[in-house]
Amino acid sequence: MDMNEIKEIFFQECEEQLAELESGLLKLNDGDRDPETVNAVFRAVHSIKGGAGAFGLDDLVGFAHVFETTLDCVRSNKLEPNQDVLKVMLKSADVLADLVTASRDGGGVDEARSRGLVKELEALAHGEMPSAHAEVAKPAKAEAPKPSDDSGFQPIPFTFDGFDDDVPAAKGSVYEIGFKPRHDLYAKGNEAALLLRDLSKLGEMSVGCDMEQLPTLDKLDPEASYFSWKISLTTEKTEADIRSVFEFAEWDCDLDVKLAAAKPSDEELPMVPVPFDLSSLDDELGSDTKAADEAAAVVATEAAANVSKMAAAAARVEKKEAAAPAPAPAQAAATAAAGQTIRVDLDRVDRLINLVGELVINQAMLSQSVIENDASGTSAVNMGLEELQQLTREIQDSVMAIRAQPVKPVFQRMSRIVREVADMVGKQIRLVTEGENTEVDKTVIDKIAEPLTHMIRNAVDHGIESPEKREAAGKDPEGTIKLSAKHRSGRILIELIDDGGGINRERVKQKAIDNDLISPDANLSDEEIDNLIFAPGFSTADTISDISGRGVGMDVVKRSIQALGGRISISSRPGLGSTFTMSLPLTLAVLDGMVVTVAGQTLVVPLTAIVETLQPEASAIHSFGATQRLISIRNSFCPLVDVGRILNFRATQANPVEGVALLVESEGGGQRALMVDAIQGQRQVVIKSLEANYTHVPGIAAATILGDGRVALILDVDAVVAASRGQSLSPEMSLAATG
Amino acid sequence: MSYAVKNLTQASRELIAFRIGDQEFSVNIMSVREIRGWTPAMQLPHAPADVRGVINLRGAVLPIVDLSARLGMKDAEPTARHVIIVAQVGKRIVGLLVEAVSDILTITEENIQPVPEISSDLAKQYAKGILAFDKRMICMIELDHLFPETYLEKESEAA
Repeated sequence: MDMNEIKEIFFQECEEQLAELESGLLKLNDGDRDPETVNAVFRAVHSIKGGAGAFGLDDLVGFAHVFETTLDCVRSNKLEPNQDVLKVMLKSADVLADLVTASRDGGGVDEARSRGLVKELEALAHGEMPSAHAEVAKPAKAEAPKPSDDSGFQPIPFTFDGFDDDVPAAKGSVYEIGFKPRHDLYAKGNEAALLLRDLSKLGEMSVGCDMEQLPTLDKLDPEASYFSWKISLTTEKTEADIRSVFEFAEWDCDLDVKLAAAKPSDEELPMVPVPFDLSSLDDELGSDTKAADEAAAVVATEAAANVSKMAAAAARVEKKEAAAPAPAPAQAAATAAAGQTIRVDLDRVDRLINLVGELVINQAMLSQSVIENDASGTSAVNMGLEELQQLTREIQDSVMAIRAQPVKPVFQRMSRIVREVADMVGKQIRLVTEGENTEVDKTVIDKIAEPLTHMIRNAVDHGIESPEKREAAGKDPEGTIKLSAKHRSGRILIELIDDGGGINRERVKQKAIDNDLISPDANLSDEEIDNLIFAPGFSTADTISDISGRGVGMDVVKRSIQALGGRISISSRPGLGSTFTMSLPLTLAVLDGMVVTVAGQTLVVPLTAIVETLQPEASAIHSFGATQRLISIRNSFCPLVDVGRILNFRATQANPVEGVALLVESEGGGQRALMVDAIQGQRQVVIKSLEANYTHVPGIAAATILGDGRVALILDVDAVVAASRGQSLSPEMSLAATG
Repeated sequence: MSYAVKNLTQASRELIAFRIGDQEFSVNIMSVREIRGWTPAMQLPHAPADVRGVINLRGAVLPIVDLSARLGMKDAEPTARHVIIVAQVGKRIVGLLVEAVSDILTITEENIQPVPEISSDLAKQYAKGILAFDKRMICMIELDHLFPETYLEKESEAA
């Protein structure tokens, strides 16, 4: 494992910690005062800082440190986490996320913003309780006389990077202690870290760990003791006091205590001075041999310089943690509750899904050929096949579940957007989320974020009114946006509800008339007017703002939802707010389709596009111009599109009366009747990429493999409809049409 | 000696030889993933003449190229005896429709003769050498030249 891989893991963990941080802060914001929530928030920032230090990400460490300091005040009940405090903290969480992103991908962050927040955080920590800062700045100085004037103490942002250089001078004499535990010490259940922690309570201490004797991994005895420590302790206590710390262990270790004349120096080269936090060690490392194990694994592959960094990362915890209420039991509980997970490369999961898809097809083929040869259906082979079929179904479901992820991360991202946009437009908005643990395929989650962001921005910018307006209307000045997710009949339903002003139908209608979307005398139902906002080129914002209303609007949202095989609708009540409802498939790997025959070829038409199917009668077909034909459906005329002709499967148009018409709705909103020869049935198909080995085929969205093992093409309805409007699918098409 | 021939490795290597019409061709065995019998392909709309369609190769969608048409000869009329050579070309996998696989050849550099000066641009493009073997003439095909990385994309644009 090289440094970059470790770094990659660190950034992955950062993502999780940031999510943890944000959800914790939001809980606090909702009035949760559970100490464990505060601890979780603190831990998240702390872990990010620790890891960042190991990789020398100074900006990140610096900011995380200030943040952590303020959080510690909350944790030790010195700072009340009220709304104002939490507002700063949520902003800080955003900046922290930006810093993590900047560290990973390069690029800068908004320096002014982060500096401003650093000041705000420091003010919070300092202004409210100066004593907390004294604690931070003078760790483990319990025995030293307190400064005469606590309140005059200036807080100093304190990182432990340069720990060995700037150990503050302390009163008392300096002892050099050599401590080398033997195997027996660990065997008797003693713990070197605990001893060192006790020692640290005597005064100002710096510890260096000698890892010189650590063998390579192949020679490592997991039960042996390889580490020894050099400690320099500045204390007013006597040598006897120091020795008493080791009272129960002194037979099992080599202990050497002597008074040093001068300030301790780091001239002994093999020693790696490690800023050590002992209180955290017993939480993080079960035993010292485990530490040796881990260190050895790293030593085996890494240069000594990196070892010191890694060790520093593992151990870097502010000593002030020792002063805070011990979080150890809570921490253990949290770890247990987190559940067991492993990280798996997405490619591996996809490969598994592919293979299982293939297994299902294979099983179907096998069943089919057995049934052909054994019509009675009673043989043992048949019975076995039935069981096989059930098993394969179960395997398929389980494998699909692996890709399913809760929508939580996306929802959490939305809360940041609400905060930022609300700040920008001067509105007070609360985001309530529901059903965050609803699971859906990872690809859906990845692709839903963008349209959802757009909708949230719209809701904040246009949906919710300004506080003054709300008050005038007798509403709570703070607006509420509710984002919820739930499963319904094999799909995921995402709802975005705001309690704003609702859609101004008069204005929408006027806008649509101005933009030539509808004729001025059109008689539209309320629902139809509401849905006009999804029309291309429609934007109700009178002024084009930074936030929304860039001319591309809800039509883009609708299109991206449709590209996912989903649908979106709106319902609105004037003065009470609007509800956007999105229904999306649980996975993009499978699709419900209608299997049809066109010119002897088998095609699949996505079911989401089909409005209805009908058998055209000769009297309903009307010629229009030279080649166009229209079909009358309940007194409205709809253009007929011969799929076989569009795809160039046949040279002349088929007779519509002999086929079946599929009434489809396309992205432009218009309806078309697609002519196919016959409908074979309706089934769920596994989507296969054509691009992987070939290239994009115009008019075709993807391919699939049917139960008989043959490839079928999935029709790109939007492209076919666009082609029927005269935009040719490909140059060859137009050539064929003219020649 | 042509540039291509000079670049061949000294050690012996293996080729798969196959027949199209009365001509024999060969490709490097290392780029061949498997050989399978002909199964009817799903026709692709707007595909160039040498792309027969796609078939199911254990869950992957495999385009089938009629090598005869691709090499500028007449279109193949596939029968049950035709075979598909599944070959790796760059990052893609392509099925090559040929009449029959005839041989596996082990050759060294001495067996290879340079392509003579001929007028056919197409032949110059894909042929990287000629083998004389048991009085047979076998043309060595460079698949990367026959299907340059961008070929498949280009053909759909130009189609």
